[in-house]
Amino acid sequence: MCIECGCGQQPHEKHDHPHRVVSVHESIFADNDRRAERNRGYFRAHGLFVVNLVSSPGAGKTALLEKTLGLLPLRSGVVVGDLETDLDAIRLRKTGTSVVQVATGTLCHLDAAMVARAVGTLNVKTLAVLFIENVGNLVCPAAFDLGEDLRVTLLSVPEGEDKPLKYPPLFRSSNWVVVTKIDLEEACGFDREACLGHLGRVAPKARILELSSKTGAGMDQWCDELVRAYESRPKGL
Amino acid sequence: MHEVGIVQSTLAMAERHARNAGGSAISSLLLRVGDMTGVVPEAIEHAFDVLKIGTLAENASLVIERVGGIGWCEGCSLEFSADGWIAICPRCAVPTGDLRSGLELELVSLEVS
Repeated sequence: MCIECGCGQQPHEKHDHPHRVVSVHESIFADNDRRAERNRGYFRAHGLFVVNLVSSPGAGKTALLEKTLGLLPLRSGVVVGDLETDLDAIRLRKTGTSVVQVATGTLCHLDAAMVARAVGTLNVKTLAVLFIENVGNLVCPAAFDLGEDLRVTLLSVPEGEDKPLKYPPLFRSSNWVVVTKIDLEEACGFDREACLGHLGRVAPKARILELSSKTGAGMDQWCDELVRAYESRPKGL
Repeated sequence: MHEVGIVQSTLAMAERHARNAGGSAISSLLLRVGDMTGVVPEAIEHAFDVLKIGTLAENASLVIERVGGIGWCEGCSLEFSADGWIAICPRCAVPTGDLRSGLELELVSLEVS
């Protein structure tokens, strides 16, 4: 094989067939984006409002969901992604909610195809809201549209106020940012003003909410906002 | 970042286009990567060297074209180049979430034979 052009003829100087340039201009995420649009159409046709929850591991996604499922006056289902185990699904099923666990193996994010497969096992006709608890990761989920209506990124107080500056793509891609574990602000020496300032710079259009799943502070506002977003959800195809 | 997954998608896409064009080998690929995607070009190159083996692009070279970030200010309609991760209008000093460039991640073209 000719290692100059990879065409199978040797040597390179002795062959002069034209190497054609094939124009592609296609996004690397085109396949996922197409599947995500398909998901979106399916969700809208069923009147389902879909929330994609993302954060680093341990920011409190499952704890927030446990509390939310008990408070939210809307029938909800959950798709939860983790590399391994169904521990989160077991926790969430205790709330009486339909939960599908997706074990992603070595993959560090959920993609639109995985969500489509998982949703296929839920009875979506009985649901108003679908929460997707993404794999704990502040980098990769940014690039993968799942067909959600709302992307919510959690930032927990112990992670520090500078997280948005360190991981801008995910925060930038979020519709809402929820600062969690605010009961730990004092213990962690958390600089709230700096955090809000960083979020304003990285994600100027994101709505910012602050809460503690443990103490319940801010939970009412979070649920009210979810209900409002549900009521104004895009409908039809 | 999931550079391995990105390279796998790129190679699959490139092979599909090469076959459609009647090519039997890919000699080069041009990939456009926006500065604000978070994708690390060095990691792409490394993954490419490993993953191309056994594909039509086994002997291909990879060319990465970087695209700088460009923000657009809602307040004063200025289009400006964003330095680093955050786009702040140099005239109004107001951050914007409206990026006109820098989020690209696309396979531009390939050379087949």
